[in-house]
Amino acid sequence: MLSLKKKAFVRKHSSAIVNPLWLRLMHWLNALAVILLVLSGWRIYDASPFLGFVIPKELTLGGWLAGALQWHFAAMWLLAINGIAYLLCNLLTGRLFKKFFPLSPREVLKDIAAALRGKFISDDLTRYTAMQRTAYLFIIASLVILVLSGLVLWKSVQFPLLREMLGGYEGARRVHFFAMAAVVVFFPIHLLMVALSPRALLLMIRGR
Amino acid sequence: MNEHSKKPLLSSANETLLRDIRKDMGRFIHQPQRRIFLQHSLTLGGLALLSGCTVVDENSIENALMAISRFNDKVQALLFDPNRLAPTYPQSMITQPFPFNAFYGKNNIPEIEEEDFRLEVTGMVADKRSWTLKELRALPQVDQITRLICVEGWSAIGRWGGIQFSTFLRRIGADLTAKYVGFKCADEYYTSIDMPTALHPQTILTLTYNGEMLPPQYGFPLKLRMPTKLGYKNPKHIHAMFVTNVNPGGYWEDQGYNWFGGS
Repeated sequence: MLSLKKKAFVRKHSSAIVNPLWLRLMHWLNALAVILLVLSGWRIYDASPFLGFVIPKELTLGGWLAGALQWHFAAMWLLAINGIAYLLCNLLTGRLFKKFFPLSPREVLKDIAAALRGKFISDDLTRYTAMQRTAYLFIIASLVILVLSGLVLWKSVQFPLLREMLGGYEGARRVHFFAMAAVVVFFPIHLLMVALSPRALLLMIRGR
Repeated sequence: MNEHSKKPLLSSANETLLRDIRKDMGRFIHQPQRRIFLQHSLTLGGLALLSGCTVVDENSIENALMAISRFNDKVQALLFDPNRLAPTYPQSMITQPFPFNAFYGKNNIPEIEEEDFRLEVTGMVADKRSWTLKELRALPQVDQITRLICVEGWSAIGRWGGIQFSTFLRRIGADLTAKYVGFKCADEYYTSIDMPTALHPQTILTLTYNGEMLPPQYGFPLKLRMPTKLGYKNPKHIHAMFVTNVNPGGYWEDQGYNWFGGS
């Protein structure tokens, strides 16, 4: 028999909105932008594959270089505007610090151990586990780096400070590629974590 | 909390969750208006699939992407700072050998006779007479080592010399309030640039490469070199130029590459 208190706890934590509408909307818009950018970006990489391998054309978006560039320079607006809005909303609502910090290495290790036992999200759905915090901060940082290095590739003359910080045009090209690789690595891990905790998917669709 | 109470707490949470979902779904399914709306949207979706070619066909996606590309031209014009210089490099950093790049192979590089060459100047300019190479070489010359960035992603450093294009435009009495300068080339290539880029101090009507007369593979006898633009915006083998307010487009630009194409 559950005490009334416990029932109230369960009720509270399963029916209160955890992920507000703006967050869910921005998450899915971001997912769309990232997929379009990665697939078209692969085609652009193939035009001059500086790492010695090409990405199979069937996996890419755009048909040819000009088409891929058009997709890339259209989807970049979605990523940048949506990303700025996301960061602003997170900062202004205080969600960023409430949800992501503090982040201690010990907690991360503890959560990795818990994850190995198949437990990815906290019982208290209003909290991220340290592993979630790390993973989400990782993807946010990767996307910020992608936008900044992309800005240098697009407008290398107009952003001299950013360009020099990223090692010049050729440096920025490599930073852009490896930040993309980080996003691509994150993707299956993210899907796996969701697959093992379907509740998280539900939270990102209906908010509760 | 002890071990015994943990399990029922979880399953109870799951039950609550299931009940919640049923309630949410129920809202969708049991309300008659919702049902009708659902049916309508399904029908619309089905229609969209059936007549896919007219609702979201390839053409409308292409048109949307082209519209965004034109919007990007405007954003780039706004971002373009006419006083911001592209980085320059020491002689030791020049890429050896500098790559040849064109829409044709090395065997098809146009052969142009120096004596026959005239640069034709038309459009919104006061002085429409043609120029010989000798006359062009007599104008004040500048020299710079800059990075050429190709739209394919690669880049290479080279040394180009010639007349500052702004000097030339003033010399021919070009209307500097006009929007575009267009170029026609001996290899059937054509392109055009915005006036602010034409007047940029590093935009050079190029006569030399690495201190020598411009070799055929790099655009003999005349090339426009702009370190603020991608490679395809830098025309080679120029034989005609004109100042205009109507966007003349370009060989690659008309096929979908971004018109501004600048960095």
